[in-house]
Amino acid sequence: MKTDDLIAMLGTNVEPIDRKYVFRAVGAAIAVGTLVAVAAMLLALGFRTDLTTTRAFIFLFSKLAFTIVTVILTAIMLTKLARPGGERRISLGWVALPFAAIVLLAAINLVLAPSARWQTMVVGDQWLECLLSIPIIAVAPFAVIIWAVRRMAPTDLRRTGALAGLIAGSVSATAYAFHCMDDSLPFVALWYGGTIVLCTAAGGVLGPRLLRW
Amino acid sequence: MLAPEAELKRLMLAGLDGDAAAHRALLTQLGGYLRAYCRRQLARVGRSAADAEDLVQEVLLAIHTRRHTYDPVEPLTPWVHAIARYKLIDHLRRTRTSLSNVPIDDVAELVAQEDHDSTESSLDLGRLLGQLPERTRRVIECVKLEGLSVAETASRYGLSESNVKVSVHRGLKALAAAIAREQQR
Repeated sequence: MKTDDLIAMLGTNVEPIDRKYVFRAVGAAIAVGTLVAVAAMLLALGFRTDLTTTRAFIFLFSKLAFTIVTVILTAIMLTKLARPGGERRISLGWVALPFAAIVLLAAINLVLAPSARWQTMVVGDQWLECLLSIPIIAVAPFAVIIWAVRRMAPTDLRRTGALAGLIAGSVSATAYAFHCMDDSLPFVALWYGGTIVLCTAAGGVLGPRLLRW
Repeated sequence: MLAPEAELKRLMLAGLDGDAAAHRALLTQLGGYLRAYCRRQLARVGRSAADAEDLVQEVLLAIHTRRHTYDPVEPLTPWVHAIARYKLIDHLRRTRTSLSNVPIDDVAELVAQEDHDSTESSLDLGRLLGQLPERTRRVIECVKLEGLSVAETASRYGLSESNVKVSVHRGLKALAAAIAREQQR
């Protein structure tokens, strides 16, 4: 085949392109992923029952602040990383910011508390449920995000996969927060942060397989 | 250093708005740069000009089918370079060669030289199209080869216009995938 023939073919009936495609598609994928994750949480686990108390409300709010800030920050990065050469334009250090913040708050919290309470604060009641639920619920948003990014053109598949895993984990943690009754910052830092990191690692492993184009 | 950037970007933006002539001019100019780039890179691992032409066509096809990933606020050259580099590495991996050092920051290298002395690639469009599903192939032939409008093609096959557009887009992507499969053998 002559290259001129290929160019003639590609240059015939050129369709206009939506310039905001990547932003729309990433936004839509995260919105759909969040809906699916919340639905899965409601069906499998249900809402926490004590939301009438101020304390529960404050803790739900702080969990959501952590997970939602992470989702927004990483979503912005994905709109760059999903494009060719995007890895040159982002510094992934920003992603660590919400994690550093929650670990710092958790540490302050621990220092101020009597050491006899440390174990309860860190391990909580439902650490196993948290450890299992967040990665399992994350599968759905991960699939949706990967499906969307496959229509784009990332050139650093490992990092893009990891970022997709990180977003999916954070979306899942957002949904799980509505169920979770373990109200302590060290618990959130360890089990939310830890499971999200786990999802990130899984995404990094799967990225090169799933995102090739 | 990135002298052609302004002109290339102007053509790209016009192409994104549906200007076919600008899009064709863009691909032709990029073809020249890509040919020089691919020949230079493949020569380093002792590969021929015909191999380079295969790669040029793969990159042009990728640029076309992935052009919605170009961010208009960014310069165009790094975007093209990233696609070319990605496809180069992918091509070498598929054809079982390795090229350890293709710096991602070496954007200027993409437009360093032009080469419009094209050879024919080993890819056979007819055979590649033959691998597509019947309807997709017919739609591509009408819209992309015969130059029939989307509306005409839609009425000829009793499809909706959006259906035709989707078929064309999917078909071109399937074509890129067929090229990749062919080279793997």
